[in-house]
Amino acid sequence: MSTVEAEGAAAAAAAPDEGRRRGRLAVAQAVARRLIGALLVLWAAATAAFLAVYAAPGNTAYILLGTSERSPQAVAAVTAQWHLDRPLVTQYVDYVTGLLHGNFGTSYALNAPVAQVIFSQLGPSLQLALAGAVVAVGLALLSSVATAGRPWPSKIANAVEVVLVSLPEFWVAILLLFGISFRLGWFPIAGAYGFPSLVLPALALGLGICGMLSQLLRNGIELSLEEPYSLTARARGVSDLSLRLRHSVRHAALPVIHLTGYIVGGLLGGVVIVEQVFSRPGIGQTTLNAVNSKDLPVVLGVALLGSFAYVVISTIVDILAFLIDPRLRFANRRL
Amino acid sequence: MAADLLAAPAARRDTRRPARGRVPAGVLLALLFIALTVVVVAFPGLFTSKGPLAADPLNVFQAPGAHHWLGTDELGRDVFSRTLYGARYSLYIGVAATAISVTVGVMAGLTAGLGGKVTDEVVARLLDVIASFPGILLAVVMITIVGRGIPTLIFALGLWSVPRYARIVRAETQVVRESGYVEQALTFGLSRGTLIWRHVLPHAVRSIPILATMGLGFSILYASSLSFLGLGAQPPSPEWGAMLSDGRNYVENAWWISVFPGIAIVAVVLAVTTVGRYLQRRLDNRDLI
Repeated sequence: MSTVEAEGAAAAAAAPDEGRRRGRLAVAQAVARRLIGALLVLWAAATAAFLAVYAAPGNTAYILLGTSERSPQAVAAVTAQWHLDRPLVTQYVDYVTGLLHGNFGTSYALNAPVAQVIFSQLGPSLQLALAGAVVAVGLALLSSVATAGRPWPSKIANAVEVVLVSLPEFWVAILLLFGISFRLGWFPIAGAYGFPSLVLPALALGLGICGMLSQLLRNGIELSLEEPYSLTARARGVSDLSLRLRHSVRHAALPVIHLTGYIVGGLLGGVVIVEQVFSRPGIGQTTLNAVNSKDLPVVLGVALLGSFAYVVISTIVDILAFLIDPRLRFANRRL
Repeated sequence: MAADLLAAPAARRDTRRPARGRVPAGVLLALLFIALTVVVVAFPGLFTSKGPLAADPLNVFQAPGAHHWLGTDELGRDVFSRTLYGARYSLYIGVAATAISVTVGVMAGLTAGLGGKVTDEVVARLLDVIASFPGILLAVVMITIVGRGIPTLIFALGLWSVPRYARIVRAETQVVRESGYVEQALTFGLSRGTLIWRHVLPHAVRSIPILATMGLGFSILYASSLSFLGLGAQPPSPEWGAMLSDGRNYVENAWWISVFPGIAIVAVVLAVTTVGRYLQRRLDNRDLI
């Protein structure tokens, strides 16, 4: 496709406006392609969820009725009420249109809309995920900026981070709960009542991700500090700290930004585990209760929501990175 | 041209990597620990005479001491013996899950990399879909559908890691396919099967053992997390996550039930990851030469 580029260059030489227009067109095309890809993934995830309900063992009508009554009349009534007698294609179309309207189906066990069940519990979980992200990113920035390029501090920090990455979140949570809440009594033992009850769960959630981020950032900063532009900046009299904060971190942040989706996934999964240890209300409790009562629509709703969050956030991040970093734009146009 | 000169240092490799042929002490220690763990998995009876399920109602909540090295739990079971036997679950689940994801991942990656444009696009999108679900939630969905138990756990963890291997194999296959030596092999009149088996596959899978080593660590970590949530190995069995799930109720009076299985998880994951990272550095070094 280098001919396109050559044409673009020729056009740019002939008429600058024409070249710019072509450049914008290429950007728009790349963004559109990324958006279409994201929509396809969302659609496929929804289809997989629908097929999961359909393929799940056991008659849905029996699951809905529980063990109490299985008379033919009751089964017929439930089948009609839940539209289980309609053709599969109709059920599928209904399901997907429902999703587009924010309707994730109806909970088997609670007999309430799944969306309502999930969204009523979403607040504390989002708080925790956000706090975990702040802990992870904050500590990672602190550790990487302070230790990058310094032999001994970076060795020690690296060793600590390797351990952090290998720690199971639930064990960290148990140790924090035991050591700090029970023994020292600094933070509440359970529940979700304001900031103090958020500190330890956020630490348990964020430390592992912090270990991973910090290693990536440090590596990026160290590479950046060896670049000629860092030498130039130093020669200009830029202080070491300012060089690290204003130039190196930016340089190191790019590869990390592309991991945003992965981090979101880690946070969402971790929230389920950490909430369990700290007896926090939220998505985690809802999900585990739903597993126990075989409430597939609720479990799938949570999973789909996680998948949607992942796709939407990583798409936005990719497009932003693409718009901000001209190097990616050129790389993409060559494809 | 000036831009090329400026860009050159960016491509320079990290020079602080270990010299070839010398294995760092930490990696040796990790290998030794893994070997010890394998011996424990094979012959736990060599290290402890007590059964992992043998309850002793007269000796509940004994602190670590000469008789019970790591203390006893709420039923008087020996924590040391339970932790040793627990290694079986972690290694079994981790190795089986990794085997599934490597097999499926390599096949999916080869299919995408060697197939036509449509096949490639379909496989790549399917991988995107799997990767879009947070791993824990993917496992939770499968457990709700199929039911709890170790086989479901293995399958869920295996499925979750498929994209990790498939994407690498797909990318490497596409690189090899475009390369001169495959083109030349084609001119020799090699059959497609021979070409793939002898020339494409070895190149495409060269980083898989390293990824699999790291993946094994993550599988062990997440298997214990799911068992902790009560979704994997079930309580009487001495799985580390399940032990912690029980032990945390007594953490105030009997910390040892919750501390030692956790240390076991961290030690095994750390050892496996250390070896994986070392192999990764070695591979990066080889690229340089």
